[in-house]
Amino acid sequence: MIQAPDLPFWAAIIVGLFVFAGAAITLIGAIGLLRMKTFYERVHPPTLGMTLGTGFILLASITCFSVMQSRPVLHEALIAIFITITTPITLMLLARAALYRDRAAGVEDVPRDFEDEGK
Amino acid sequence: MTMLVLALTITAAQILLGLAMACAAFRALRGPRAQDRVLGLDALYVAGMLLLLTYGIQTGRTIFFEAALIIAVLGFAGTVALAKFLMRGEVIE
Repeated sequence: MIQAPDLPFWAAIIVGLFVFAGAAITLIGAIGLLRMKTFYERVHPPTLGMTLGTGFILLASITCFSVMQSRPVLHEALIAIFITITTPITLMLLARAALYRDRAAGVEDVPRDFEDEGK
Repeated sequence: MTMLVLALTITAAQILLGLAMACAAFRALRGPRAQDRVLGLDALYVAGMLLLLTYGIQTGRTIFFEAALIIAVLGFAGTVALAKFLMRGEVIE
């Protein structure tokens, strides 16, 4: 259960710090998902937390595998690029869908539509 | 000594990620509305993917990376389909 890769001291420190920081930031984002009051507040914390947390854990993974195989291993950058691109798209789609549903249902405290105000 | 500390750190990070998955699962189960559940599911799969990556670091195997990549791609497709369903009531029109 408890095991670790065989790394030199400096690499172990970098990997440990990055893994723990990434996990902690992800947890902060998830707690924000629990604690915020309305849906429009709730979409933001997981997006921020997950993007930064993914970045840190992928940096740790890149460091770990690069040191173990003694050559640069960069295929983890694929996940980093993908998550960085897709997370804001998910946020926009979900917020748009929720706005549409709230306006269709006639809910009062919906964020205003700034495009309609110029007309 | 270094290995033991690193092992404990990675295990602690896995526990934190498990807690994050629990928070997301709670939001997915409790709602209160459909968009909250989709949001919780989205956070759940990203946290699960990160948990797989930490297992990859722990064991030194690259197979976990491939599983994480598949989860990232298919999870995004699933969330987009669910958001489309929330907006239009149908996924493919």
